[in-house]
Amino acid sequence: MTAARRVLLEGADVQRALTRIAHELLEANKGPDDLVLLGIPTRGVPLAQRLAARIAEVEGAHVPVGSLDVTMYRDDLRRNPTRGLLPTELPAGGVDDKVVVLVDDVLYSGRTVRAALDALSDLGRPRAVRLAVLVDRGHRELPIRADHVGKNLPTSSAERVSVLLAERDGRDAVEISTPAPAAGGER
Amino acid sequence: MRHLLSAADLDRDGAVHVLDVAEQMAATQRREIKKLPTLRGRTVVNLFFEDSTRTRTSFEAAAKRLSADVINFSAKGSSVSKGESLKDTALTLEAMGADAVVVRHSASGAPHRLAHAGWSRSAVVNAGDGTHEHPTQALLDAYTMRRHLRAAGSGHALGRDLHGVRVVIVGDVLHSRVARSNVLLLHTLGAHVTLVAPPTLLPVGVGTWPCEVSHDLDAALTGGAPDAVMTLRVQAERMTTTGGGFFPSAREYSRRYGLDRRRAALLPEHAIVMHPGPMNRGLEISADAADSARSTIVEQVGNGVAVRMAVLYLLLAGGEPAAPTPGGDS
Amino acid sequence: MSTTLVTGARVLGGEPADLLLRDGLIAEVGPGLAAPEGAEVVRAEGLVALPGLVDLHTHLREPGREDAETVESGSRAAALGGYTAVFAMANTFPVADTAGVVEQVQRLGEQAGWVQVRPVGAVTTGLAGQQLAELGAMADSAAAVRVFSDDGHCVSDAVLMRRALEYVRAFDGVIAQHAQEPRLTEGAQMNEGAVSSVLGLRGWPSVAEEAVIARDVLLADHVGSRLHVCHLSTAGSVEIVRWAKARGVRVTAEVTPHHLLLTDELVRGYDPVYKVNPPLRTQADVEAVREGLADGTIDVVATDHAPHPVEAKDCEWSAAAMGMTGLETALSVVQSTMVDTGLLTWAEVADRMSAAPARIGRLAGQGAPLAAGSPANLVLLDPAARWTVEPERMATAGRNSPFRGTELPGRVVATFFRGRATVLEGRPVHAGGEGERP
Repeated sequence: MTAARRVLLEGADVQRALTRIAHELLEANKGPDDLVLLGIPTRGVPLAQRLAARIAEVEGAHVPVGSLDVTMYRDDLRRNPTRGLLPTELPAGGVDDKVVVLVDDVLYSGRTVRAALDALSDLGRPRAVRLAVLVDRGHRELPIRADHVGKNLPTSSAERVSVLLAERDGRDAVEISTPAPAAGGER
Repeated sequence: MRHLLSAADLDRDGAVHVLDVAEQMAATQRREIKKLPTLRGRTVVNLFFEDSTRTRTSFEAAAKRLSADVINFSAKGSSVSKGESLKDTALTLEAMGADAVVVRHSASGAPHRLAHAGWSRSAVVNAGDGTHEHPTQALLDAYTMRRHLRAAGSGHALGRDLHGVRVVIVGDVLHSRVARSNVLLLHTLGAHVTLVAPPTLLPVGVGTWPCEVSHDLDAALTGGAPDAVMTLRVQAERMTTTGGGFFPSAREYSRRYGLDRRRAALLPEHAIVMHPGPMNRGLEISADAADSARSTIVEQVGNGVAVRMAVLYLLLAGGEPAAPTPGGDS
Repeated sequence: MSTTLVTGARVLGGEPADLLLRDGLIAEVGPGLAAPEGAEVVRAEGLVALPGLVDLHTHLREPGREDAETVESGSRAAALGGYTAVFAMANTFPVADTAGVVEQVQRLGEQAGWVQVRPVGAVTTGLAGQQLAELGAMADSAAAVRVFSDDGHCVSDAVLMRRALEYVRAFDGVIAQHAQEPRLTEGAQMNEGAVSSVLGLRGWPSVAEEAVIARDVLLADHVGSRLHVCHLSTAGSVEIVRWAKARGVRVTAEVTPHHLLLTDELVRGYDPVYKVNPPLRTQADVEAVREGLADGTIDVVATDHAPHPVEAKDCEWSAAAMGMTGLETALSVVQSTMVDTGLLTWAEVADRMSAAPARIGRLAGQGAPLAAGSPANLVLLDPAARWTVEPERMATAGRNSPFRGTELPGRVVATFFRGRATVLEGRPVHAGGEGERP
């Protein structure tokens, strides 16, 4: 499949967005106390780690980070080939009575977040749950919104948004691509 | 993966993937709330033509922890015991809407027939067929070995196979579906297997299997420096004429092929002792070997649930491969 | 009776010739024969003419298992396969162990009229291997039985086998032995070897066949009787028979088409259509039996045609019945495995599938050369045709052909039985039965 590809955020844009989200988190929570960052694999996990690092730089405080795999809670498993599972690792203190911030790269239909809320409720009872995403591209299918957004990107549902992170992809960027029409394609 | 009929259905990456998924399943089973919604609305039928409470219970727990509906269909007391054919049973289960059939049958190959004779569209999991295979047992054995022998230091074994692990399997290989599945799977995972048995309890043709064969347990334990020893169940009645006359007496079998305290002491420090159960204590394994610190026999049972959850998940959770959907929210 | 002129047929695969069939006999053979007035002309240019085939080993299932096959459906299948005579095995219900049952089978065959049906008598009462059946009564009956077999079971008791071999000498009979040592094959499901070890199916070792054949050729030698070995399937059996023949033992042997072509690798899918007794063996065995058939160690190709109702095969392997259909595919399989490979000429095929079995079964009027004066039993085969086996389109009631979906060479175009066409253009021609014939 050939695709026209555009870069929407460069590496520096990604860094700035994360720094801003880190500040917003501290402001909304009135400090780092009781915050727990849970990244949704795969790219939500390094994002959560970066946010924790920013908070450490700003406040000198250690915010616990974990990962929350939502695969087994998804409502679209039967629409796709079977997926592998990724680790769910909670910080030692757990999530009970904490302010859990779910961190993901892209917010789209909202179904991943719905699954994450279900998964979280099986793991404990947080005092509050917030949602931080690097990109919100719209097209919500559920009544879900993000508390902290790096960048709002109006997109067409035919387009594909790719978040690249240095930890996994060698560089930071957000790209958008438009799949070529299927006719005459090389798929 | 459409069915799991034989350990040979899995290549190296496929087998490691099952073990990795099982690892995540095991993690969920250490939580307070063990039930996952993953297979809600799916129906798993446990079709047991042979009694096996432990295997059936293990599959039942696995299916229920994933929120599947479970129907236990045992031959005893059903129309099966009145002569209903396997085909008619399969058609019945199909009509009930079974998404997966977990089948235990005394006839080798019965799961193959269920999967391929055109009687039903359900996914089929072989839970032990005759003297053929028992692939989920081999998976849970490999899982147990990997945790003990490959997770040291790092704490987890994700992504790893059993390359270089040395395994001795001793006992009635001829009649053992566990041995067949283990030889195939362990070989796929890179382990080195030595089968030890009296020649009468090895099948003609064992020379074509991907393993070593020996008749001398002491030599295999001392010379082979195994990382794991698995003892297989031996039925004492196999020594009689009607049982086939495979060995002279239980005492002689135990003396030559039983894993006792002396032989357990020949093992390297880190080596583990395994048994698929149920055990004949005093025949193929002595009580102190079975109950020693290096024994994983009880742990194997628990690992069975995680492995079977992984198998059911991989067989049932996904749909037909669909065109990739656009969007990064996946 | 009708007169038929067959034109341009390659007799035994040789030069084209015409054959004039009149009054149930071959009246004339030669090039450029004129068609007498009123004669039907069958154009056979490019076709191979062979004497009508004789199957020494067929299961027609009647009486008793008419759900599997009847004498009518089985003998019609035989005609379509190019046969003009079949020997019907004794394992019916009731067993063909009395004059009454063998006469019934013979009569059913005559009524059907497709081929000559020759009953085989049981060696022991009820095939139970305990006591000799009334072999003399069956020999003296209207069916004049000459071949005796417990096929499906081995006459494993050495003394009983010796007595049977001796006893049938009185009327020039032959014992056709199903060689299978019973203790070595208890619960056996398939050939014992590499494949059985992987599949976990109880093995049927070669030695269980070879040990009985070795014993029997020595017994036959000792008492000076005729022995026929049914469906020989292993390389070792070929060697034993070769040794015995060199020694002058009066032994003959048969191989089935399926043992000439198929191996135990096919069992890997657990499809019971490949379950048969003796079991499919290895490639080395296949090569040995082909070689034995080519050099004359094995005298006969016999089908062991064993039809079963669908439910007997539509089940798990160990619950399934043993056996395969074969009458309508035998000649094609022999062409594929023996003729197209250069191992046999068509003249040798005529020997292995017609003359030799007729001689062993003491069947006059069958297996005779295609020459003036011989009974007009012949088959016309198109060796250039290829066809795909579809069991549902066969005449046999059995659907258990191991060749389903296989493309085979050679198609039977016409069969003449006692001068009358039973098959024309590959289709059966209603036989009508002996009593109704003009």
